[in-house]
Amino acid sequence: MKRRDIILTSASILLLLVFINFASGNLDAYKVRILNLCAIYTVLGLSMNLINGFTGLFSLGHAGFMAVGAYTTAILTMSQVTKQQNFFLAPILPPLDKLNVPFLFALLIGGLLSAFVAFLIGAPALRLKGDYLAIATLGFSEIIRIVFTNTQRITNGALGLKSIPNTTNLWWSYGAAVITIAIMALLINSSYGKAFKAIREDEIAAESMGINLFKHKVLSFVIGAFFAGVGGGLLGSLMGTIDPLMFRFSFTFSILLIIVLGGMGSMTGTVIAAFIISSATELLRFLDQSINLGFVVIPGVSGLRMVVFSALLMIVVLFFRNGLMGTNEFSWDKIINLFQRKPLIKRRLGQ
Amino acid sequence: MTFNLFLQHLTNGVSLGSLYALIAIGYTMVYGILRLINFAHGDIFMMAVYFSFFGVATFGMPWYVSFVVAIILTCFLGMLVERAAYKPLRESPKVNILVSAIGASFLLQNLAVVVFGGRPKAFPTVNLFQQVMTIGAVSLQRLTLIIPVASLTLLFGLLFLINNTKSGMAMRAVSKDHETARLMGVDVNRTITLTFGIGSALAAIGGIMWGMKFPQINPAMGIMPGLKCFIAAVIGGIGNITGAVLGGFILGVGEIMIVAMLPSLTGYRDAFAFILLIVILLFKPTGIMGEKISEKV
Repeated sequence: MKRRDIILTSASILLLLVFINFASGNLDAYKVRILNLCAIYTVLGLSMNLINGFTGLFSLGHAGFMAVGAYTTAILTMSQVTKQQNFFLAPILPPLDKLNVPFLFALLIGGLLSAFVAFLIGAPALRLKGDYLAIATLGFSEIIRIVFTNTQRITNGALGLKSIPNTTNLWWSYGAAVITIAIMALLINSSYGKAFKAIREDEIAAESMGINLFKHKVLSFVIGAFFAGVGGGLLGSLMGTIDPLMFRFSFTFSILLIIVLGGMGSMTGTVIAAFIISSATELLRFLDQSINLGFVVIPGVSGLRMVVFSALLMIVVLFFRNGLMGTNEFSWDKIINLFQRKPLIKRRLGQ
Repeated sequence: MTFNLFLQHLTNGVSLGSLYALIAIGYTMVYGILRLINFAHGDIFMMAVYFSFFGVATFGMPWYVSFVVAIILTCFLGMLVERAAYKPLRESPKVNILVSAIGASFLLQNLAVVVFGGRPKAFPTVNLFQQVMTIGAVSLQRLTLIIPVASLTLLFGLLFLINNTKSGMAMRAVSKDHETARLMGVDVNRTITLTFGIGSALAAIGGIMWGMKFPQINPAMGIMPGLKCFIAAVIGGIGNITGAVLGGFILGVGEIMIVAMLPSLTGYRDAFAFILLIVILLFKPTGIMGEKISEKV
């Protein structure tokens, strides 16, 4: 990294800190919530992009990993009294009722457990390819959800968990987002990242270059699941309630929408798309409510928002196949060139 | 468990299995020809149920007219989905087509919420099918027997179409190799559209019978049957129509029997299909009747 880039990066992180400090004090709860969602969706999007975009494994099991993270974090942070109130149908399983750890450790344990589940799933499933992998991971994610619906004494079954302590704030969510971006950037540019991309481009060629396919696929899957678990934990703590229905396939679909819109295989794209999608989810809420134009009232149609989202995904896939960024990444050089209004090619030729 | 009770469960299982089979045929035909999981198939099935519901409930058609109209409309819907969502992407990477299929599925589902309303509705009853009759000690709705008979008749009709007609030959040619089929004078696009039409019509018939058997209908009703029927197609060997029917029966009978024999596992009923899928994928990835696909460099 050049010295200029280090200075610019530190400056922007500092700017982000100032903004978070300002936002947590001055913005209303609704806006803070949207900002939190933006950061959490960034974490979730990046974790899925590592598996689907960078390693080229079409996995549809993300909601399952998020569920593992969210439930673990919730159970580990809820107080003994809250647990008793929640589990009124059947008491919670003994060691869990007294277990209580700080939020940071709960998040990490949630992530690790999710990674462990991914390892168990990945070991058999990653031998499959393409469509079969997609449908097998989708199946595993549904199995996780069905198990969570039925383990009354651990997850409270279909009732879900309520009054989870709201620890997630802007510092937690943006901290997690920045750390995720940093770790992903280091990983993608390391030799492991290059191996992932090689597998994405051509498995047979990668294998003949001496890349251990299975090891790298499992590694990508497990790391992706870890961050999905952390993201799920943050989300559960932000929402305050979770239940198994939340983690249906449609949740995986919204994360998929983010990485397709941003560009499969671009971290920058994922970050931008995560912000666009999570703010649009809130901003388009007017579609579900009635609109008063003064002289005529258009009755709101609930569900129209989701139609817009599905149509958006179709349009992106059909007409902008590479998403917003393709596989391009953000770099300070490009930004500076943009301001100097010189095309990149000309500068290269000049050098 | 008494023998009579066992028979009762078995007929229920076979009946459910033949519904799965009808829908699974659509998956397997599309996969055979395009190598694509048609994620929207479950939602096309849901649309068919709604079409026939509105035919009877809103337009006051007699049930048989409404069912025929629903089947024709669904047929066109299937072709429309193919034209709009899959045809433009035929040459692009597989992941894009898969994403497009998922997008089409969610679009149909959400459109159904907006247009038809999200609240569950009650499918109209048709006395002819829903009368309860008693054979020996087993009492069942007529429908329970009509479903397997109808499914098997349709299966044999379809097999005849594929093996003995010109369009069927075109389908088989396209499923082997698009390029060669085109050179041999087969209209590839027409054949693919026809495949979607037939698959959707079968899903529509399955959907109408499903609606009569499980009369509560809602826009999300296509998801689970859709996934399970795809699993049925994989179990039987995807691309193979007889295999899809066999897979449907295995899944239907297995599901009913598990709930009947081990009532404590009732909550895990939906997991059974997925566990079966994973076991099959690990030990015989090409399914029971599938052909082996070798890897080409």
